[in-house]
Amino acid sequence: MRTPRPAPRESATFDREALAEIRRAAATGIYDIRGAGAKRKLPHFDDLLFLGASISRYPLEGYRERCETGVVLGARHAKKPIALRIPITIAGMSFGSLSAQAKEALGRGASLAGTSTTTGDGGMTQEEREHSKTLVYQYLPSRYGMNPDDLRAADAIEIVIGQGAKPGGGGMLLGQKVNRRVAAMRTLPPGIDQRSACRHPDWTGPDDLEIKILELREITDWQKPIYVKVGASRPYYDTALAAKSGADVVVLDGMQGGTAATQTVFIEHVGLPILAAIRPAVQALQDLGLHRTVQLIVSGGIRNGADVAKALALGADAVSIGTAALVALGDNEPCYEAEYAAMGTHAGAYDAWHEGRDPAGITTQDPDLASRLDPVLGGRRLANFLAVLTLETQTIARACGKSHIHNLEPEDLVALTVEAAAMARVPLAGTSWIPGQ
Amino acid sequence: MCGIVGLFFKRPGQEASLGAYLAAMLGTMRDRGPDSAGFAVYGAETDNIKLTVRGAADADLIGLAELFHVQVDLHHSHAVLHVPVANCSVIRARLAALPGITIVGAGRRMALFKEVGLPAHVAERFGLPHMAGTHGIGHTRMATESAVTTEGAHPYTTGMDQCLVHNGSLSNHNSVRRRLIREGLQFETENDTEVAAAYLSWRIREGDSLEAALYASLSDLDGFFTFVVGTRTGFAVLRDPICCKPAVMAETDAWVAFGSEYRALVDLPGIEDARVWEPEPAHVYAWEQAA
Amino acid sequence: MSVVTIDLAEHPTRYLNSTLHGLRADTNQSFWRVLNPRGKHALAAGVQAPVRVEIAGHAGYFCAGMNKCATVVIEGNAGNGVAENMMSGRVIVQGDASAAAGASAHGGLLVICGNAASRCGISMKGVDIVVGGNIGHMSAFMAQAGTLTVLGDAGDNLGDSIYEAEIFVRGTVASLGSDCLEKPMRTEHVSALAGRLREAGFEQADPAAFRRYGSARQLYHFHPDNAGAY
Repeated sequence: MRTPRPAPRESATFDREALAEIRRAAATGIYDIRGAGAKRKLPHFDDLLFLGASISRYPLEGYRERCETGVVLGARHAKKPIALRIPITIAGMSFGSLSAQAKEALGRGASLAGTSTTTGDGGMTQEEREHSKTLVYQYLPSRYGMNPDDLRAADAIEIVIGQGAKPGGGGMLLGQKVNRRVAAMRTLPPGIDQRSACRHPDWTGPDDLEIKILELREITDWQKPIYVKVGASRPYYDTALAAKSGADVVVLDGMQGGTAATQTVFIEHVGLPILAAIRPAVQALQDLGLHRTVQLIVSGGIRNGADVAKALALGADAVSIGTAALVALGDNEPCYEAEYAAMGTHAGAYDAWHEGRDPAGITTQDPDLASRLDPVLGGRRLANFLAVLTLETQTIARACGKSHIHNLEPEDLVALTVEAAAMARVPLAGTSWIPGQ
Repeated sequence: MCGIVGLFFKRPGQEASLGAYLAAMLGTMRDRGPDSAGFAVYGAETDNIKLTVRGAADADLIGLAELFHVQVDLHHSHAVLHVPVANCSVIRARLAALPGITIVGAGRRMALFKEVGLPAHVAERFGLPHMAGTHGIGHTRMATESAVTTEGAHPYTTGMDQCLVHNGSLSNHNSVRRRLIREGLQFETENDTEVAAAYLSWRIREGDSLEAALYASLSDLDGFFTFVVGTRTGFAVLRDPICCKPAVMAETDAWVAFGSEYRALVDLPGIEDARVWEPEPAHVYAWEQAA
Repeated sequence: MSVVTIDLAEHPTRYLNSTLHGLRADTNQSFWRVLNPRGKHALAAGVQAPVRVEIAGHAGYFCAGMNKCATVVIEGNAGNGVAENMMSGRVIVQGDASAAAGASAHGGLLVICGNAASRCGISMKGVDIVVGGNIGHMSAFMAQAGTLTVLGDAGDNLGDSIYEAEIFVRGTVASLGSDCLEKPMRTEHVSALAGRLREAGFEQADPAAFRRYGSARQLYHFHPDNAGAY
């Protein structure tokens, strides 16, 4: 008779991912780099639920009882604020990290939906300006491709201090994606690994940011809204300081927000989940008497209309999508499974965007791969997705009795977990308890 | 984040104009720091010690004159008590026990004032334009990581006749604070500048000169900073090695001035012909009155 | 030639800049004097016409920021970021320049007659900078393209993480940054330098007295052996 042995047991601490990473580090001597945002499980909008209409609250009918979705951004100082039909924008993603086809598709889709796209860490392409009816121009530490003509051609300017995937980190684009066109736009030798600064070259700190904002306004004759984007870290102070420095709009990106490429440790271990960042940011604006005067756009893991509605209920004016927009275009589609398998991954897990071999033609500069993405079809898919996000948001808002999505408020929400209750500052479902308040 | 100003007269005879110039410099820096402001003025030396106190709204500051039998100059929410040296520690202890009264500064020459509000209003309220002295430093604050309160305003006092103002953001101040608490120093706020001030006081207590203490801070304090320290006989300036926070200095035969921006210095007499320069990183600059 | 004068004691900066921005490329109002600058920020920022603008005093931050085509002369010192992101044209600082002079500038010529403080030419992308005096530490940090010519001395960490920009220093260099090293001066460098010195008004300076510095190109591809450089 064979002696029974204990069942083989894997370690929760030294799990498969941890073991594989140690082996990879030992083999290569270099940190792991990947794209996308934080993948670990985090308290998120799924831990919140809406309280729909009941005996004390009455819902709106669909159709004729309107639920308005329009948002105006940047009326604080700009002569030409931005009016969006929907409270969802497309986040900054660079030409370079994305193919030209992908940027065009994003522009087409956003324009169909009545919203904006945003350039990224590489400058503005002509295709993007032509295809995007409303274009936000990012102003980054690297200043790649920055020039006054594009500044004047933009509809808004977004000063980037950081992003959710890597608050405190600079841009990164590896040599395989620095093709001739990308290199020329960024004033780099083709084929080299781009190193980027993490601080702006000519200002550090909100007191000097104020002077930089003044300069940008002067150059653009005070026409355009100025956004300030920051990765979620100290959202109360960061929002207050951005507002005090003169920002018209504050953009807050949680750690689920994607990146084209950075060190994995940065993505997974630095920053806050967006759920934890929204209430403090809104509080900062309220304390300054600036809520709704300075708009708040939040991003990082927005996937569906429920996420949109919850972000708005917590006090944001709009949300921004990045990863979801790429998925709508075809990122990680199962139809490319064979190609993912050949790269050692599978559909839904592919995040080696820095390698530039994306079978969907989105996060690549390879002309053959990029040509797989039809920008017109991609644009329609994105517009469809944005339409669904909007309809879902309206459905929820109507069920809560709101005729405008901005009338969603924290009291429309409850939480399923203690963490979510504490972070979102809403009561645990069925109780009146908000931990920490 | 903030604006810093400082003015030091190299020759006697100009003292009456110090406050007016300093107030104008402070007002110009309002864009860098609209939340709160403060300043320290180094006036004439007497046999007494000046204790600057701040009173809560209902505090009877004028009544302190009778309570302690000392001259009291009232400045809005602050008062300067002129205390004989021999009685100083006793009076300090008794003041500390009074509710609603906080000691803001102490020195043979230094009087220190700070409060929430726009710099021009703060200066006006305390009567800075009419104050006289050989030198003074001032600060306007845009709070970064702690609350906008009077306690959070600069300058912070680091010892008798010593105070510190700071532009920048320290990154290890919580650890340094814990170490200093074990060394016996006390803190009122979560503010990083208060930690820098206490650190300097501690180094000086341990026997360092101000200059040595400032050089030691380069190893022990992490982050970004421009420090301006006021002392009984002069002032000192230090920028951290990375040197991202601004600093402009100007000097003539009559004075030396410091500002976070050149704009702060434009109305000083003789500025058109002054030597204007920027302090180098990690180098202590100090000016002393002739004895 | 007629001069248009704008006195900043009477008019706000907004008036100066909007007036300058309204000039067309073929304007005959090509000579401007700006009085009482008194350290104000963003003066003559965003000009895009081939005019001459003289700032009669000290300028604050970002003077001539994003300049295109214009010649801007500062008859005094300039604050942080003078001629930052300049695209073309010429900016001349008769006094000293503060930090980040010429930051991320793509073209044109920036002349600083006195000294420049730290981070001169940081992130430069094609501009030619000529400094009559010294430059501070971390100058030409991540300098991608263009030239930085210094008649005086350079501070610590010159050319840290430099790409393809070239640096020419006549005086001493306190220390070189990551991946920056001295390179031989060849005839083509000497003659190009001579041209730039002439353009900048330093024709007396002997180009052969300068030393050339540039990228070692070891950081162009991530490699574990270079980990210490980051």
